[in-house]
Amino acid sequence: MRSQRLGWAPYALLLPSLIYMAIFFAAPMLQSFGLAFQDQSGAWSTASIERMLRDAQFQRALFTTVALIVLIIPIQFALALAMALVINARLKASGLWLYVFALPLGVSELAAGIIWFNIFTERGWLNTILEGFGLVERPYIFLNPQEPFWLILAVVLAESWRATSIIMIILVAGLQSIPRDYLEAADVFGATTMQKVRRVILPLLRPSLQVALILRTILAFQVFATVIAIAGRGLTVLAAEAYRWYGDLRDVHVAAAYAGLILLLSIISTILFLWLLPTREEQLA
Amino acid sequence: MTADARPLAAVPPERAPLRRRRAGRQRLVGRGLLYLVAALMALWVLLPVYMVTVTAFSPRDLVFLYPKSFIPVEISTDSLAFFANATGVIPALWRSVQVAIVTLIISMVIGAPAGYAIARFAFRGRNAYRLLILSTRAFPIVILSIPLAIAFIQWGIYDTIWAVALMHTALALPFTVLITSSIFVSVPRELEEAAQTLGSTPVGAFFKVVLPLALPGLAAAAIFTFVLSWNEVFAAVILTLRERTLPALVLTVLTQSPLPFRFAAAFFMLAPSLIVIFFIRKYLLGLWGRVVK
Amino acid sequence: MAEIRLERVSTIFGKVHAVDDVDLTIANEEFMVLLGPSGCGKTTLLRSVAGLEQIHAGRIVLADREVTDLPPRKRDIAMVFQSYAVFPHLTVFENIAFGLRMKKMTGAEVKRRVEKAADLLHIGELLQRHPAQVSGGQRQRVAVARAIAMESGVILMDEPLSNLDALLRIEMRAELKRLLREIKATTIYVTHDQVEALSMGDRIAVMRAGKIVQVGDPLSVYNAPADRFVGGFIGNPPMNFLSAVLERDEAGLHVAIGGGRVVVSDLSSELASHVGREVVMGIRAENVEVRPGNGAANNGAVTARCLVVEPLGSHNLLTLSLGETQLKATTRPDDPIGPDDDVMLEIDPRRVRWLDAESGVAIGPAPEINSATTPA
Repeated sequence: MRSQRLGWAPYALLLPSLIYMAIFFAAPMLQSFGLAFQDQSGAWSTASIERMLRDAQFQRALFTTVALIVLIIPIQFALALAMALVINARLKASGLWLYVFALPLGVSELAAGIIWFNIFTERGWLNTILEGFGLVERPYIFLNPQEPFWLILAVVLAESWRATSIIMIILVAGLQSIPRDYLEAADVFGATTMQKVRRVILPLLRPSLQVALILRTILAFQVFATVIAIAGRGLTVLAAEAYRWYGDLRDVHVAAAYAGLILLLSIISTILFLWLLPTREEQLA
Repeated sequence: MTADARPLAAVPPERAPLRRRRAGRQRLVGRGLLYLVAALMALWVLLPVYMVTVTAFSPRDLVFLYPKSFIPVEISTDSLAFFANATGVIPALWRSVQVAIVTLIISMVIGAPAGYAIARFAFRGRNAYRLLILSTRAFPIVILSIPLAIAFIQWGIYDTIWAVALMHTALALPFTVLITSSIFVSVPRELEEAAQTLGSTPVGAFFKVVLPLALPGLAAAAIFTFVLSWNEVFAAVILTLRERTLPALVLTVLTQSPLPFRFAAAFFMLAPSLIVIFFIRKYLLGLWGRVVK
Repeated sequence: MAEIRLERVSTIFGKVHAVDDVDLTIANEEFMVLLGPSGCGKTTLLRSVAGLEQIHAGRIVLADREVTDLPPRKRDIAMVFQSYAVFPHLTVFENIAFGLRMKKMTGAEVKRRVEKAADLLHIGELLQRHPAQVSGGQRQRVAVARAIAMESGVILMDEPLSNLDALLRIEMRAELKRLLREIKATTIYVTHDQVEALSMGDRIAVMRAGKIVQVGDPLSVYNAPADRFVGGFIGNPPMNFLSAVLERDEAGLHVAIGGGRVVVSDLSSELASHVGREVVMGIRAENVEVRPGNGAANNGAVTARCLVVEPLGSHNLLTLSLGETQLKATTRPDDPIGPDDDVMLEIDPRRVRWLDAESGVAIGPAPEINSATTPA
């Protein structure tokens, strides 16, 4: 009989991570669903979910969250793609450009929110620039709770500013894995830069784009601190509602209902992206 | 270029250089445009950071200065000191450091072996495990924090750094596993085998050959985990009450805080991450490039 | 005594028998080459001997010690990897010393052995450098020095020369052969390059699809291949294979080819039993004599037409067409025969290797090995 030398080794190495994830991931997930489908007394019912849906803030939160995502994602991807192409063009000191473009990676939601609050606030930098160029006579109150438009715009800018780096890096990595031969062949066959981007680069970048899109959208559904930092109570999003029901209103069940909704939306968007952008592995073969 | 229908010899020599020059100039313009775009984007990234830094380094009353001046009127650590001395800030800062370090340690200790297993062994269930780990990245922290808060209350660790660290580790673990696995993959298996043929045990080969070579990448991954934990705010704010981490503390008092406090807070939260990202910048591409796979 | 015995060794990956029931004995101090195309199992066999692959059946005995269930570190072997596997984070000195330090030798002894090995490989001045600072060829020497320093009696080499450029490879071939003889190690050397195999090995084991097809010294394998595969794999150009029906007349056995005939010189009964059936005639290019002419003299010579002449410096390589088949022949470099010429072929029956048409396996005893006709 052959002795199975170290056949158990990989499983032993995996075990701690599996146990950990079971305790701190799987279990809470299931619990969360349980909580959402209970009412305040702990009995099974959809009362908590109904409470969530009937709440005055619910529609606003849902709408704001979706609006933010719809605005943020395209802006970010266009920006990230541009940055990635610039990095890939290998300018002088490309290491420095990479560091600068990647700077926001270290910035938290909260800090980013405050930074852009600083810009949009009444006595802030945006007004300074606008007045300097003569576009306004007096400082404009952008961060006015009565004008959700500017609030949303500020949040969109803040989030775009903050989270573009992650996408850019994913795209740069994807770009670098495109064999030079393909691009050189395109050159030889007379492609302009725009054509190269549309017909060679973008298709081959699909897997990276898909991953980045899915990831970013899921994270965007959880936008929280940025909104609070910029808009205070002027805007609300799903995650903020979850926090409000947990902390202020002390109803974990409704909070869990919000959490479940966020998960549901994440799953739907993931499926949507997988459907809209199928990756074909044979593209690179 | 279809203009080149004539054979080269038919082109009078004086004409040829002009075409080359024109093509060269086109390239130069294209290049220049590229630099311009790059500069604009760099400005887009740096300007907000600069702005908040200038504001944070102003004396308290000058924070309200309007119009703002791009050249700082007066540089002072007044606002920063005001923030640092505010109730609970230094302890919160310290707690953030502790949480980040604990997160880093636990996630590396649990995650690196798993990463090694994926990298080196072709075992049944390998792809399933990878898929599983990958999918956990997709789960919102929102949905985990709330039941965990309840669980932690029951276990008696609610409102401690352990609570936050354990939650952060769960967030960081998939990341750690996948990154360490691709770091280990980049160390050729033959090096371990060579060590074994030279008399080393498999474990010995890991420590003598793989670890030294993987160390820079592992360090970068660890630092990235640190930053992840340092910046995290939602779970921190749910899982703590009095023993807040810095982001949690700042968030809860934000709307009632005066502006100098806020901007100083942003700078405090910002600076360490920026410095750290600078140190691991070489590995950034490797880290996130790998994560995609 | 570092004799290596492989008894009925099988290594299975999933459903594939990478190594299929292999028996091989390598004598003490012998240089055995495992030769074959990619995927034939030679590297797997080598790694099984090293202990890096687990075998599923059979035994491996090194120097009278059964090592079948032992991990590599307990087998007292030394190995040179195809990619060299030189540790990037250690100096050349520490690389060579690695195995010695594992054995916990004293500093003085380590130094002595490292320097001795480095001298043998002519890399003495590189000892304090890191692998990244030396060339590929030098890294390869470090890998060999590291194995030699172990003084283990058994050295395993997995295509160590394949990553070197052509000129370096030729140099290293001779150097390695001499070196391994000097240190009196028993060596198993894996390669897919038949030139390397012929030039370096004491014996060659030709492998295919996990099995050993033929084991023998280079000349035997070259002149008397066990089957069509070996004949076609070894030698450059490959052996010519011509099909014809075996006939018998008063003069004896012969085959009719190209308007002429080739007589069978082997009078064994094995070949005789194939009369009336198709057989394959295997003949090496250098054993085909080419003369100008078109066989009008009807002396039974085989006629062909020359298609291509490749002047290779030391000889010309002719591609000839014979009906629907082609064969290669060599001539002197100043031979006037050119493309489209009609030629007559003289095939020495004593050099022919007869093969069964269906199985490709050789029929009858080995042809004579004339030292005058050496492999090209």
